[in-house]
Amino acid sequence: MSYHVNDKGYYGQFGGAFIPEMLYPNIEELRQQYLKIMSESDFKAEFDQLLKHYVGRPTPLYFAKRFSEKYKTKIYFKREDLCHTGAHKVNNTIGQILMAKRLGKTRIIAETGAGQHGVATATVCALAGLECIVYMGEIDIARQAPNVARMKMLGAEVRPATSGSKTLKDATNEAIRDWINNPENTHYIIGSAVGPHPYPDMVSRFQSVVSDEIKWQLNAVEGTSSPDYVVACVGGGSNAAGAYYHFLDDERVGLIAVEAAGKGVDTGQSAATSILGKEGIIHGSKTLLMQTKDGQITEPYSISAGLDYPGVGPMHAHLYTTKRAQFIPVTDDEAMTAGLTLSQLEGIIPAIETAHAFAIFETKTFNPDDIVVVCLSGRGDKDLNTYIDYFKL
Amino acid sequence: MNRIQAKLKENKKLLSIYFSAGYPALNDTVEIIQRLENSGVDMIEIGLPFSDPLADGPTIQDSSTRALNNGMHTELLFDQLKDIRKSVSIPLIIMGYFNPMLQYGVAAFCQKCEAIGIDGFIIPDLPAEVYHEEYKTLFDQHGLLNIFLITPQTSEARIRYMDSISDGFIYMVSSASTTGAQGGFGDIQQNYFKRIERMKLKNPQIVGFGISNKNNFEQATAHTKGAIIGSAFINHLTNKGVQKIDDFVRGILG
Repeated sequence: MSYHVNDKGYYGQFGGAFIPEMLYPNIEELRQQYLKIMSESDFKAEFDQLLKHYVGRPTPLYFAKRFSEKYKTKIYFKREDLCHTGAHKVNNTIGQILMAKRLGKTRIIAETGAGQHGVATATVCALAGLECIVYMGEIDIARQAPNVARMKMLGAEVRPATSGSKTLKDATNEAIRDWINNPENTHYIIGSAVGPHPYPDMVSRFQSVVSDEIKWQLNAVEGTSSPDYVVACVGGGSNAAGAYYHFLDDERVGLIAVEAAGKGVDTGQSAATSILGKEGIIHGSKTLLMQTKDGQITEPYSISAGLDYPGVGPMHAHLYTTKRAQFIPVTDDEAMTAGLTLSQLEGIIPAIETAHAFAIFETKTFNPDDIVVVCLSGRGDKDLNTYIDYFKL
Repeated sequence: MNRIQAKLKENKKLLSIYFSAGYPALNDTVEIIQRLENSGVDMIEIGLPFSDPLADGPTIQDSSTRALNNGMHTELLFDQLKDIRKSVSIPLIIMGYFNPMLQYGVAAFCQKCEAIGIDGFIIPDLPAEVYHEEYKTLFDQHGLLNIFLITPQTSEARIRYMDSISDGFIYMVSSASTTGAQGGFGDIQQNYFKRIERMKLKNPQIVGFGISNKNNFEQATAHTKGAIIGSAFINHLTNKGVQKIDDFVRGILG
């Protein structure tokens, strides 16, 4: 069994492209072109060169000695927090801006929740000299002022999404509507492994550099390229998709997906999509999503703006239903505590999204000789205000 | 013969009106439909509201949100419509996004619609290929026509494909836009309408998006079978209320 996308754009029963006809030419062009463009040698050379000299790859695979001692197993951190702009998001935006240029597009749109993907998109647009418009929920704009300022400084226009719940889901709706209204010159850089095919696969492939590096880096220190477990937080699922990618069909490697339980899975204030979601369609993809019994999409909650998405990528929905990956919910409190623990044991302040992945060691026990790789997807600078409020620092 | 097919054979330009069920007030649905028929409208698209209407502009986003806040849901809509065929004979189409239909169960949804006397669906986010492979047989069994959207960017081959698997009309989106766009119908649109007319499709074409008054209704129907008005009608409902529906329709057809 393969856990990769099939030739019709599905992962098991999940995926596809449930899009209004107005988007068909754009999606079809991308579907026909993306693999071809990604396999061209000049594309690969430019992508690799930018990842190395601009993003700062390869990122270290760091053996966390004190963290390992505390939890009595061998824990490595994949340091995506050291990427330019502070998170793994830029791996994808570099890939997609090169794709957009080859497709002859001159205008870039993106959605953002916490602002990390917006910043990563604004960054590559500055680099490529392309117009950049980022849709962001009105509520998130108020919550994430520093990232809004960064995007503006990078030359992007930040447009508030004022419909619906005024957060990430609605910013995504607005970006899709923009694309419907500007089909000829615009490329939409989706930030996660979500949306209509081929986006989940394309984003996963751009992020797959993470697991590619894990393999050879681990081999150099441990003499094996297969860890026992790979752990990643999952909102839409892009850092997990990248960290899992080259291990998907290697069933010796256990995959652990950590979801945001918010105030608790059963509290009504949660973003644990796999547990609380049902199969349906969101943003052009058939996947698991949080919705009413009537099929209206509901608003999730998490302390981390990057995990409060009501859906999950179709690859992850498939990993969940096939039990290829174990999904673990982590509450706000557990994540915040893990963020503090990581800071004080290893001197690394993680993004709150990322902190969720580190919380599982409190409840899940590993064997002493297990090799566990955790994707340290982003750094916590953007979350300082939340940490300050939470811990009364 | 399905009511839509019979209506399309009439020797006139057709006016179809869209509204969001549950708006302005939760229980306005039946009265709006009856008033539209009595004022001379040829066909009605009943909008099943959705939380995330991707293809819609601000007016229909707003009416959908308000309808949901009023308490509209699928079963309630079916309940409101259960006796509609005692008083209304023009074609009725349900227009909605696919997720609420999926959650209801597509087979159960079709069954209910057939029992009520619904004639077809417009489902913007159900792609033609998925309809063709997974749902056409089911829709056919219940006598429900599926109406496809085309845009100025849709390729000729794709239009021909949709025409071949369709037995109602082709919904021509007037320009690359979400609903409610204001652009008028200049040379670009007229050339697009004429280009499609020259294709001699088996299904007649009806234009939607961006039609708001008598003038652009006539422009839109010069080379097509009819036109659909949504956002402008909803704005009229918002400003003038359900009692003044006749004024709106007379303003278009009068």
